[in-house]
Amino acid sequence: MLLQQLINGLTLGGVYAIIAIGYTMVYGILELINFAHGEIYMLGAYLAIIFLGLFTAMGLTATSLPLALILTAILTIIFCSAYGFTMEKVAYKPLRNAPRLSPLISAIGVSIFLQNYVMLTQGATDKAFPQRFGEAGFQFMNVNVTYLQAMIILVSGLLMFFLHLFIHKTRMGKAMRATAQDKTMAALVGINVDSIISVTFIIGAGLAAVAGIMVASYYGLVNCFIGYIAGIKAFTAAVLGGIGNIPGAMLGGIILGLVESTGAAYISSEYKDAYAFIILIVILLIKPSGILGKTTEEKV
Amino acid sequence: MKPILIALLAALLFLPFKGLNAAGIMFIGVLTLLSTVSLLKKTKVIDVIKAIRIPEIGRFRTFFIPVLLISSLAFPFILKDYYIDVLIMSGIYILLALGLNIIVGFTGLLNLGFAAFYAIGAYTYAILNTKIGLGFWASLPISASLAALAGLLLAIPALRLRGDYLAIVTLGFGEIVRLVLNNWDSLTNGPNGITGISRPLLMGFSFAQLEYYYYLVFVIVIFAVVVIKRVESSRIGRAWIAIKENEIAASSMGINTTKYKLYAFTFGTFWAGIAGILFSAKMQFVSPESFTFMESILILSMIILGGIGNTHGAIIGAFILVILPEVLREVQLYRMLILGIGLVLLMIFRPQGILGGVKGVHFRS
Repeated sequence: MLLQQLINGLTLGGVYAIIAIGYTMVYGILELINFAHGEIYMLGAYLAIIFLGLFTAMGLTATSLPLALILTAILTIIFCSAYGFTMEKVAYKPLRNAPRLSPLISAIGVSIFLQNYVMLTQGATDKAFPQRFGEAGFQFMNVNVTYLQAMIILVSGLLMFFLHLFIHKTRMGKAMRATAQDKTMAALVGINVDSIISVTFIIGAGLAAVAGIMVASYYGLVNCFIGYIAGIKAFTAAVLGGIGNIPGAMLGGIILGLVESTGAAYISSEYKDAYAFIILIVILLIKPSGILGKTTEEKV
Repeated sequence: MKPILIALLAALLFLPFKGLNAAGIMFIGVLTLLSTVSLLKKTKVIDVIKAIRIPEIGRFRTFFIPVLLISSLAFPFILKDYYIDVLIMSGIYILLALGLNIIVGFTGLLNLGFAAFYAIGAYTYAILNTKIGLGFWASLPISASLAALAGLLLAIPALRLRGDYLAIVTLGFGEIVRLVLNNWDSLTNGPNGITGISRPLLMGFSFAQLEYYYYLVFVIVIFAVVVIKRVESSRIGRAWIAIKENEIAASSMGINTTKYKLYAFTFGTFWAGIAGILFSAKMQFVSPESFTFMESILILSMIILGGIGNTHGAIIGAFILVILPEVLREVQLYRMLILGIGLVLLMIFRPQGILGGVKGVHFRS
C-alpha cells in the first residue's frame, strides 16, 4: 500500500519537477515568478489532445500509434516553446528594468489571458485525451506499475539528466549560469543576455509541454484551469528545493509528489491541494532559501 | 520583414486552437497592430500616454466631492433597481480596494490572497446569522475583527519574508481558506454555500429594500474613506509610505518596520471583513466560489488601474472594474480575457495607473 503510494507519488513528483525547473530557471535569471508558466503546461496538455485528435482523424493513429505519439509530442513541444518565447518578448522584455511589481502583474495578466483564451476557443468543459492507455503494466515488488507511470518516471528522469548535462557541459549552459549570476557582467564578457533569456523561456516551456502531454495521457481529462493549480504546486516545489537551483527543483518536485500522494491516501484526500500550500508556507517560514538554496544577504 | 515574421508567429500560435481562417485573421490583425504601434512610436504617442498627468482630484475638492455626494444620495430615486444593485457592489469593491491599497499601495507589501479576508468576514456573518440568529449589527464588529485577526495572524510569521515570497504565502493562505470553506461541510455547508442570511435591522427598521441597503453601504464607504484618509496622513500613514519607499532607510530613521507592517495588514484586512459582511447581507447567500484567486486578482487590478497607493485611484479603479463589465454586457464572455491583456498593457504603457501613485509608485522587494 505504502509502496503503491510511493510509485504514484514519484509519477506525480516527476511531473511537478519538470514544471518546477521552468520556474526556477526563469527565477534564477530574471528574479521573476513567471505566473504564466503553469498555463504553458496547460497549453501543452491541450495541444497534445488537439494534435493527437488530428492524427486520429487522419488515420495515422490506426496505422502507427508510436509515430503519431512522437509527432504529437514534437509538435506540442515546438508550439509551447513558441508560446514561451512570445510570452517573454511581449509581456516581460519591455519590463526588464521596471520595478519588480510590474513584471509580476504582467505575468498574472498573461496567465489570465491564456486561461481564458483556451476556455473561449476550446470550451470550459473537460476534454478527453483521444488515446487511452489503460491499466496495463507490470508487477514490481508486489506493486502494480502501469507502463504509463514507468514511462513518466523514466522520461522525467531522462529530461532532468540531459538538462543537467546541458547546463554544466555546454557553452550555452555556461552562458546561462553566468547570466544567472550577474547579468551585467555576463553582458560585458560578450554573452548575449537577451538570447540567453529567450533560450531559458524556450527550454522551460518545452519541459512544461512534456509535463502537459504526460498529465493529459495519465489522467485522460484536462480543463483550462489545471495550469493555475499545477503552476502553484510546481512553484512550491521550486521554493522547497531552493529557488534558482535546478537540482533543488527536481528534489522539491519529487518530495511534493510523494507528500501529496501519501497525504491523500493516509490523511485526507479532500485537502489534497492544500498540502502544497501548507508545505510552501512552512518552508518559507522555517527556511526561505529552500533545501538546497543558499541564503543571500540583502544588500543596502 | 520583422513585423511579417512576428505576425506569422502569432498566426501560428493561434492555428491549433481556432483553425486556418482565424489564423489568417490573426496574421492580418497583428500586422496592422504592429504598423500602428510603429506609427505611434514615431509620433511619440506612447510617451504622451505615459506622461499624461491627471490632475489630483483634491484640487477640485470643493466642487467635485459635494456634487458627487449629492448625486449619489439621489441615485435611489432616479435609477432602476438593477443599477442600484451594481452601485452596491461597487461600494463593496471600493471597500475591498481601499483595504488592499493600505497593504499594497501604502506599505508596498504584495498580497495575492485578499479574498480570503473578504471570505472570513462574509462567512462569519453567514454562520453567526444562520446558526445562532445573531443580527447584522452585533456581527459587524465580530466579522471585521475576525478578518483583522486573521490578517494579523498571517502577517506575524509572513512578514519575515520579502517581496515575491510574501506574495506567494498570501496566495497560499487564500487558497487554504477557500479549500477549508469548500470542505468543512458541517460549518460552511461546503460548495453549496449558506443560504437564508438576513438583511440588517436597525431599531425595528429593516434594510431589506435595496434602496435602503444602498444608503447603508454608502454611509459605510464614506466612513471608510474618511478614516483611511485621516490615517494615511497621520504618523502611521507616513511610516507606511516610508517603509514602501525604502525599508532600510525607514528603519534607520527609527521606524519600527515590523510593527507598522503589522498595523497595515491588520487595518487593511479589517476593511475586507466589513466588505465581506456587507456582501453576505446583500446577497443573502455565500459560497466559496465568490472568494477565488481571481477575486483577489480583480481587487488588485482595481488598485493598479487606479494608481497604486492612491486612495482616490482605488475608488475609481474599483468603480470602473465593477461598472465596465455591466456596460459591456455583450462581451461578458471576454471579460477576463480583456482583463488579462489589460493588465499587461497597463504595466507596459502606464504602470502608474490612471491617477498615478501620488507618493512614489515603485515597489521595493
